[in-house]
This record gives sequence, C-alpha cells and structure tokens, in this order.
Amino acid sequence: MKLTVWTYEGPPHVGAMRVATGMKGLHYVLHAPQGDTYADLLFTMIERRNHRPPVTYTTFQARDLGSDTAHLFKTACLEAYDRFQPEAIIVGASCTAELIQDDPGGMSETLGLPVPAIPLELPSYQRKENFGADETFYQIVKTLAKPVEKTARVTANLIGPTGLGFRHRDDITEVTGLLMEMGVEVNVVAPMTARPSDIARLGAAHFNVLMYPETAETAARWMEREFDQPYTKTVPIGVGATLDFVAEVAKLAGVEPKLDETRLRMPWYSASVDSTYLTGKRVFLFGDGTHVAACARIARNEMGFEVVGLGCYNREQARLIRSVAKDFGVEPLITDDYLEVERRIEELAPELILGTQMERHIGKRLGIPCAVISAPVHVQDFPARYSPQMGIEGANVIFDTWVHPLVMGLEEHLLTMFREDFEFYDEAGASHHGHKAKPRPVEDTRPGLDPGPQVATNSEAPDQVRGTGSIEVVWLPAAEKELKKIPFFVRGKARRNTETFAAERGVAEISVDTLYEAKAHYAR
Amino acid sequence: MTDRFAPPPSRGCSNTPVLKERGQHEVFCGLTGIIWLHRKMQDAFFLVVGSRTCAHLLQSAAGVMIFAEPRFATAVLEETDLAGMADAQEELDRVVTELLQRRPDIKQLFLVGSCPSEVIKLDLAKAAERMSAQFAPHVRVLNYSGSGIETTFTQGEDACLAAMVPVLPASDARELLLVGALPDVVEEQAIGLLEAMGIGPIRVLPAPNRDSEYGVGPNTVFALTQPFLTDTHAALGRRGARHIAAPFPFGEEGTTQWLWAIAQEFGVSPEKFAEVTEKPRARARKAIAQASEVLNGGSVFFFPDSQLEIPLARFLTRECGMQAIEVGAPFIHREIMTPDLDLLADGPTLAEGQDVDKQLERCRAARPNLTVCGLGLANPLEAEGMTTKWAIELVFTPVHFYEQAGDLAGLFSRPLRRRALLQQEAAE
Repeated sequence: MKLTVWTYEGPPHVGAMRVATGMKGLHYVLHAPQGDTYADLLFTMIERRNHRPPVTYTTFQARDLGSDTAHLFKTACLEAYDRFQPEAIIVGASCTAELIQDDPGGMSETLGLPVPAIPLELPSYQRKENFGADETFYQIVKTLAKPVEKTARVTANLIGPTGLGFRHRDDITEVTGLLMEMGVEVNVVAPMTARPSDIARLGAAHFNVLMYPETAETAARWMEREFDQPYTKTVPIGVGATLDFVAEVAKLAGVEPKLDETRLRMPWYSASVDSTYLTGKRVFLFGDGTHVAACARIARNEMGFEVVGLGCYNREQARLIRSVAKDFGVEPLITDDYLEVERRIEELAPELILGTQMERHIGKRLGIPCAVISAPVHVQDFPARYSPQMGIEGANVIFDTWVHPLVMGLEEHLLTMFREDFEFYDEAGASHHGHKAKPRPVEDTRPGLDPGPQVATNSEAPDQVRGTGSIEVVWLPAAEKELKKIPFFVRGKARRNTETFAAERGVAEISVDTLYEAKAHYAR
Repeated sequence: MTDRFAPPPSRGCSNTPVLKERGQHEVFCGLTGIIWLHRKMQDAFFLVVGSRTCAHLLQSAAGVMIFAEPRFATAVLEETDLAGMADAQEELDRVVTELLQRRPDIKQLFLVGSCPSEVIKLDLAKAAERMSAQFAPHVRVLNYSGSGIETTFTQGEDACLAAMVPVLPASDARELLLVGALPDVVEEQAIGLLEAMGIGPIRVLPAPNRDSEYGVGPNTVFALTQPFLTDTHAALGRRGARHIAAPFPFGEEGTTQWLWAIAQEFGVSPEKFAEVTEKPRARARKAIAQASEVLNGGSVFFFPDSQLEIPLARFLTRECGMQAIEVGAPFIHREIMTPDLDLLADGPTLAEGQDVDKQLERCRAARPNLTVCGLGLANPLEAEGMTTKWAIELVFTPVHFYEQAGDLAGLFSRPLRRRALLQQEAAE
C-alpha cells in the first residue's frame, strides 16, 4: 500500500486508451465498473477532442458480481462491434475487473467476431500508463503488422505519438518536414492517425523514427527483429539533437544530411545580449525520461543554464536518466512520489523548474517559476497554435516557453539596484505577467527602521537554523536581513551557497561578512 | 404563500412510467464528492483505499489540481496487498499513522472504500473502529464507500454524511438540521432567511469542523438541501429525526416552497414569511426573467449525472419557460423526489440508469435546444452542432436559494447565448 497525493501516470488501461483514441477504426472494449468512464474527459476536456474516445465500458455494478459480469462483457463486445464497425477490437480489464478474473481476452475469442480481437494483459497493480500505451501498441503491431515488400522509395514510419501526448500533434508535422527535406517519405504514422489497415503495412517502411520511446519502444524493437527495420535513437528535441537526428536519419536512409535552418531563431535568441542574464541560472528538470534527457542537454548547451538536478517518474527510463545525471554531475531522482519531488526542489532551490503540471504546482507553492516540458499536462498545454517541441520550430518554441516565466534581464538589474522601492520590488512579480502587483508592506519601505520579526516565506527555511551536512549553521540577524535584500529569484541560491561555504569551513554562525565572502567565492 | 406561482400541473410526473436502462453509464463514481467535501470540512481528511485509477480520477475528474496540499489522498493497493503477502489491515495502519504524523491538524479521517477494496472485501468498518480507538480523542475515524460498483457521483456525499449520522450525540433539543454540503455563501443565506423568521437553533450537516457538532434525536427536524441524500435521510430517520418534505430550493418557486414547508413546521405566520421573503423573491424573479429570455420556448434534454436533474427540470419548465424532452437520473428515489415530480408536468421521458449509446441516439433524434450532460459527452455533442451545458458545473457553483436563482438560469442560458454570438460572427 502506498500513500499517494498526486500521480504522474494513470493506470495502464489509460495508456491503452491513449493508443485507441489516437487511432481510427479501432475500438476498445474495457471491462470496468461505473466511474471508470471519467477517463473519457481526459480526452474530451483536457485535449479538447471533438469525439468520444472509442471505448465501450461494461459498467458492472455490485449486484452483477458473482453472477453475470462475464455475460455483460460479451454483450458489450458484440454491441460495440455492431454499433461502431471497427476494423479491429482491443479488449482488456481495468483494475477492478482484473480482480474478478473474467478473462476478457479468452471470452472475446469465443464470440466469433469477424475482425481481430486483440487481448491486452495490463497488470493494474504493478504497472502504469506509459507501460499500458507501449504494451498496447506492441500487441496491436504484433497482431496486425504483416511482412510486406519495402516501398520503392526510401520511407520511414513515425511511431509513438498517442492521444493526450505532450505536443504529439505538432511534433508529427515537424518531423515529417525534417524527413521530407531529405527526400524521405512517411509510410505510416502510428498509433496517432493510423487505422488497423495502416498498421498492417508498417513493414513497408525502410526504418522507424521512434519519436517517443515511452509509448513505442517495444514495438520498435519487435519491428527491428521481424521486419529488419532499424529505428532512430535520437529524439530531435533541441538544436543539437535535431542535427544529430538529421545525421542519424541520413545514415539510415542512405542520403545526404540536410537541414533547412532559415526558420531557426533559437541559437541567435540565446546568443543575443539580452539573454546574457540567463547564464548559469540554476534549473531543475523533472518529467518523463525522454523529455528530461533532451531538455537537460538544451538547458546546459543551448540556454547556458546550470542543471542542478534532474529526474524522471517513469522507472522504465531510469537507466537513461542515471547516465544523463552522471554526465551532468548531479544526483538523479527516480520517483513517482510527488512529495519527494517537492522536497528535492525545496532543497535545491532552483531559479527555474522545467517539469510537468505537477511541478507547476510545486513552483507556485514555493514561488519558483516553472515551464512545462513533459506530460502530464493540463488543458493550457494543448494550445490552439502550432507549438511543437521537436525540430526547428520546436527549438524556437522551447526558447520562448522557458524564458517566459522568468523576470526579464534589465528588469532583474533594476530590481537588484533599487530593491527598497515600494512599488517595484522583486515579489511584485515579473512585469510581463498578468497578475496584480502586490505593494510592498509599508513598514518595509522606511529606511533605517527595524522591520521587526519577519515571517519567513514558504520557499525559505521556517527558522534561522538549517542543517547542512552534519554542521548546524545559524544565520545572525544582520546577515538574515542582508539576505532578504537579495531579489527572491537568486535568494535561494545565495542562501544555499553561503550555507555550503560556511559548512565547508566549519563556520557555525553566518554574518554579513560570511555572506559576502561566499559571494566572492562563488563569483564567476 | 405559493399563490403567485403557476398552478401545479393537473398531472405531474409522479406516476409516469420510468424508462429503466442498463448499459454503459457515463457518470462519475462516488469518490468524486471528495473534491468538494474536503474543502467543506476543514478538519477532515479523506483517504481513499483503492487503486491508481482512483487517484487518477480524483486529480482529473473535476480538472482540479489545487496548488495547496489537498486534504485527500489515496492508499494505492499494490500487488503484495492483493496476493495476501501483506496484511492489508496492517498496511492500512501503517499508512494512516504516516498520514496523521504528517497532518497533525486532522480531526476526522474518512476511510473511503473503492471498487477494488470492495471486491477484495477489505473491511474498512473494522479498520475505522480500531483506528478510532487508537487515535481517540484527537482523531475520529469513519468509513464509507465511494466505489463505482455501488455509488454514482453525488451518492458519495450521501454515503459520507450518512456515515456521520450515527456518531452524532443524542439530543432531545428541538432543532432544525439542514442537510447537504452547500457553498458557504449559500448556506449563510439560507440560515439568514430562516433566522429572520424566528426559526432556530439551526444546525448544518456536514458541520464545518468536528468541534461545532451537535446532537440529534426525536425532536430534530431536518430539511434536505440536495436531492441525492437518500441514505442520509434514512440514517437520520433511524435516529428519530423527522424529514420536512418539500421541493428542492432551486429557483424562486423551489426556494419559496422549501422555506414555507419549514416555516409551517415552526409555526411562522404567513405575514412574517412574506415580510422575510418578499424582497429576495422579487429579486429572484427579476433575475430569472432576465437570464431566461433565451431559454423561453426552448427544449431541454438531461443525461443522468448528479441527481439534480428532476428538480432542475422542474425549475426550467416552470420558471424559465422550457419544455423537457427527457429527464435522465442515475436513480430515482420516490420518497424524496415526489414534491418535485408533482410539479413537473407529465410529458417528458423519465429515465433511470443509462445505456449511453441508446440515449445519445434519442437525444440526436430529438434535437433539443439544450442538452445537459457530463464532461465526457459535452464537447463531442457540441462538435455535432448541439448546444450543451456540462452538468458538473451545476454541482460546483452556488445555485441554491433566491440570490442564486438568476445565476442558475444563467448557467443554462450562457451556452445558448455563446452559440448565438459565435454564429453571428461566422455569418458576417
């Protein structure tokens, strides 16, 4: 039993729904009680889909248990076929149906349906959403994809995009463009946009572009074995990764690498002097392994940030994240416990969080800006505009998205210079954000007066004693006051550096001098 | 007191045969009620004993992820709990101890049963009893089921309140109890009106915190503010309390009838009643008239959702000039619904339970002006050109009593006004 507040991933049958909803002409018959239909609104509301997900729920109730739940399943299956006339059906159980052991897979075989019925075994009490999507897609491919002749021209499949995926819709367009520039045509995009009949001709492509390892790696490996289709290992998020991806595709396709950079603005935006203030900003990354690994590279190499910590919630990508963390010299955090992520962020006091919808909430609570880089995301991260993460435009989008939550460069300087100003001060918030500026409390604005005991904000230690390693470090009141004059977006870093500096030297009390000695020590 | 309203229909819906359907239900389970209950009771914590699906439902259902730490969580069952490798009761003790250490401010803990916990027959009543003894007097532990195999959407609140009734102390005091978790502003208005008539003392279930609780007994009379509180109704009956039957307090008519039923119970004179209600009634009437202009003459189709469907159909047909085509409810409890059914003119199909695909066919064939349905159906129907009101907003918005009557009509008229606005732009 595990105490859970918020979850990063839904149950595995939601992963299966993401595959089914992305596809066309496929229907999912899910043995599930009333209430599990909540998952429909993930698609109709959060993703604003204009169709119901192609899912029939058997909706069994307490009074059905032990009598005719199996019968309910069979009826639901037959009626769903009659009503929706799908080219194939996938069948499975949600967490409760798994317990009553009706064996939907076995039952569906006995129904004599005229289309393939693909049974799904998704252990709800062991695995989660990404596994569910990956396993479902694999089972669909394994059942429906047949050996076929390769296309005459060089083609590739794009595999991995699903319903409810973070920017999957736009990434497909972007990656299709990247391939076209090199003369590589797209054979099938799957699961998103594909029909079961398209799945059948996956084998015609010369290679696979594995867009999201989370949802399609097992299928990619299977097709590599069965159809002799190699798959790409680079996920083209960021400028460097896009260039690597182009090189990788060129090699697989036997063509010249080619990338039209006329629309690429990100490197110049990052190099322009206005971005100098981004240098060394301390960022923490958390999300699915693929996006975190790609974004860590962008953060350090393309934005000039300092990566102070990173992690992922999907254990399947733990190995990748551990190796990235090693490369960056930070401790990896592999957990799906929201509270543990919150603790780590509080501890590291980054200046920017690159995370999921969950970290957006952590950021709000701790007063740290946050940009979203990975699922799970909320309705605002399914924008109307074209907004990919991959390729050239993806890099442009990422620059804008990550910079947006921050206070702008010159504004940051002014805040540092005139930090006693009663109208324009750090906690009033960035000028380009919509919310109302909070005026500074009056007593703070009168120079020379003792502001009295101050209540520490949530983002800081609740008291003046904080442990760093084994030594307890105490902030003297004057130093504490001086620290408060530092703008909030660098205060966490200053506090942390000073404490580390003091602890390393065995200094138990931090004075104003210690603060500035530490500042000089860490100056770059 | 109700003379200003249209006369009741010669034939209401009380004896209308009900279309009973079973098939796919497109409704939430009872766990969803935790979303509002955990904010209503400020010293309570809701621990769902369930699966990852339950946790996922709670954070996605209402689109609610609040940045404050919520006063609810899920104890997610794992393989070891199911295979009997770990004693589920011991595991639960461990999780609850961990939770109470983290949140020492909790005074009431609800262990909430789910589909998986019901199926494996995890005895939460036994657990609650054991933990109550262990953590008394600081924490009281109660249990109820919000599972989808037993409850739909708002029945979760009913199960929760029903679980609180047996632990209320016994009392012989003549008191009025208002039952149902209402938004604070609405609750204060209701109490204000009743107190102005000289009625009191007035108690509320659920109380905002455990310290403000009271007793119940044979001299307690109670009024329901929500139509889904059937188990709570029965539990209060078992304590000897008596129900004041009335239509539910939606709209000018519903509110007046509801208040008048209570006023009569407490011997309030018609003059006094008129004096207290006249001004807010006039305001409600005016506000409804303004907000319901676009509703007048239109038709409405209700998919089953929150149990509010029948009283709302009564409001829309009698006060907003609409015609009801179908009124679907997850279940229909006669004893509680009769006053509203009597006022709803015979005509619409009354449906109980659901087979969503069949119901969608009926809805498409009827082409109502407005369809009231859940979030899973609203956007797909909008995309087909139907105008919808997503039903969960009716549960999440202050809609009861006089001052909100215009807002209630507004919730239904806004989708129609919006479609008209967008069509105007498209036509230009």
